[in-house]
Amino acid sequence: MTDPTLQLEGLTRRFGGVTAVDNISLSIPKGDIVGLVGPNGAGKTTLVNLVTGFLPKSSGRVLFEGREISHLPPHLIARSGIARTFQIVQPFAEMTVLENVMAGALFAGQGGTIRQASDKARHYLEFVGLDRFSNYSASDLSLANRKRLELAKSLAMEPRLLFLDEVNAGLNTSELDNALDLIRKISSMGVTIVIIEHVLRIVLSLVKRLIVLHHGAMLSDGEPSAVLKDPAVVTAYLGTKFSKRHQAESEHQREKLQQSLERGQGPA
Amino acid sequence: MMADPTAPIITPTRVAAALLVAGVVIAFGFSANNYLLQAGTTLAMSAVLCLAWNIVGGFMGYPSFGTAAFFGVGAYAGGILQDAGVPLALAWIGAAAAGAMFAAFLGSVLLGLRGHYFAIGTIAVVEVMREVANNWEGLTGGAIGINIPILAGSPREVGIFFYLAMWALVAATFALTAAIAHSKFGFSLRCIRQNESAAHMVGIAVFRAKCAAFIISGLLISLAGAVYASMVAFIEPKDVFNILLSIEVPAMVMLGGAGTILGPLIGATIYILLRELVWVNFINFHSAILGIIIIAVIYLMPEGLVRRFHAQAWSKLTKRSPSQSGAGS
Repeated sequence: MTDPTLQLEGLTRRFGGVTAVDNISLSIPKGDIVGLVGPNGAGKTTLVNLVTGFLPKSSGRVLFEGREISHLPPHLIARSGIARTFQIVQPFAEMTVLENVMAGALFAGQGGTIRQASDKARHYLEFVGLDRFSNYSASDLSLANRKRLELAKSLAMEPRLLFLDEVNAGLNTSELDNALDLIRKISSMGVTIVIIEHVLRIVLSLVKRLIVLHHGAMLSDGEPSAVLKDPAVVTAYLGTKFSKRHQAESEHQREKLQQSLERGQGPA
Repeated sequence: MMADPTAPIITPTRVAAALLVAGVVIAFGFSANNYLLQAGTTLAMSAVLCLAWNIVGGFMGYPSFGTAAFFGVGAYAGGILQDAGVPLALAWIGAAAAGAMFAAFLGSVLLGLRGHYFAIGTIAVVEVMREVANNWEGLTGGAIGINIPILAGSPREVGIFFYLAMWALVAATFALTAAIAHSKFGFSLRCIRQNESAAHMVGIAVFRAKCAAFIISGLLISLAGAVYASMVAFIEPKDVFNILLSIEVPAMVMLGGAGTILGPLIGATIYILLRELVWVNFINFHSAILGIIIIAVIYLMPEGLVRRFHAQAWSKLTKRSPSQSGAGS
């Protein structure tokens, strides 16, 4: 029995009086692709910041492949095999696209020489389809391509666990399809993926498991269709008033609300 | 720089250029008159300070005004050691070690700050160190300064010795700068300059890299300070802890191009030439004219001379607008 890739035990983070992440316990097996969703301010990004060491926890434990990591600084967590993309893309703006990806290859994972990092970077640029922009300045890329750059940089770290924080936000439909294909390809390479999304529809096509956060607490965890029927989830997304009506409505109406839910619309 | 990061560092052209410069420098040292020898030594010292500052201020992007603090610490450490009877070479090594330790201590405090806060913190250090030197009379001799043993030999021989010593330090510092620029360490400094959070994310030990850069820079500046102290044979707090030095050095580097390898050398050369010219021709208001030149250069050419003259090659690589409308395919 191998250890799960990621295991959280009672992970908690308070900001003053606000509990942004409230006693979260969960376990993600190797190779899974899991959706982490919830309304704005649910604590999704805070959770990622806690796991990747960007924020110190208030209490609880984070285990990566059975090893406690929550006391490590972010760069050691990154080197141990956890990569993330940022909700707001964080390129090294004055560097070329190639150098950005090299940074990922150079310091995390196996490390190696600058030449090896350059070769590895070219490989991942090709993988995400940015190879022809290698010599452009990162700041000259469009948003969609900057998101891909972020992805290539993370992949060059050769992580075993990858957090994708709203990596699809702001993309148009065709860009989105490409992005989803890429994520499926990364998953098929054996990388465990946690995908954070505000819009449910995007994750539903990818994941077999959905974790819903609300006010920092775990609201629901399970197979997507079951999670979406969970009254607590419906209440969180639609509000109490709408959710009562929702429960009283016919199956037909229920479907319709379900659809609006999947489009990620909150209460009016 | 946008050059191919995997290109070899040592090429025949560069070796030839380095040998040529070394030959010119040595020939100049043995043939120049006393005034020119003095100017050449000043230029070398400025070049060392610029190259050392560039590691922190250029590569890493931390605007340090602490140059004078390290310079003074090196000058006093070297001078005090020499006065205690320590041989010249050992006194210089001791001064370098003192500078490195001072930088390690200071870095662990100041490198938690960024941008303006870091800049102001480093300015404060210069002021504090000068007051320490002024008041710790038992160690530093206080405001009246200390005398340092003058080297044996004719003034001319001594002058040439310090000229060559300073230029040897330039060569070593330049080689170190070039090596850093092409190393993983240098790469990590560039990442830190551009985005510190992202640098953490890709696995860079950010704080350790910042401390290392600060220590290397401080060590080199202190070493230059010690050589200077031995050369002038008399130092006082207001001379070696002079905030003007902390301002002139970044100005020179920006003139040449911060964050480049050649920029500090070129900036120092042009600045020192300008300063000498202005000094000779406008003795009454040379400071004002120099100030105006500095402001004009920084305002009109913030990227520095090196990048300006590489601009054409550079723009081909960076400014060409990618046709990204179809980039989703």
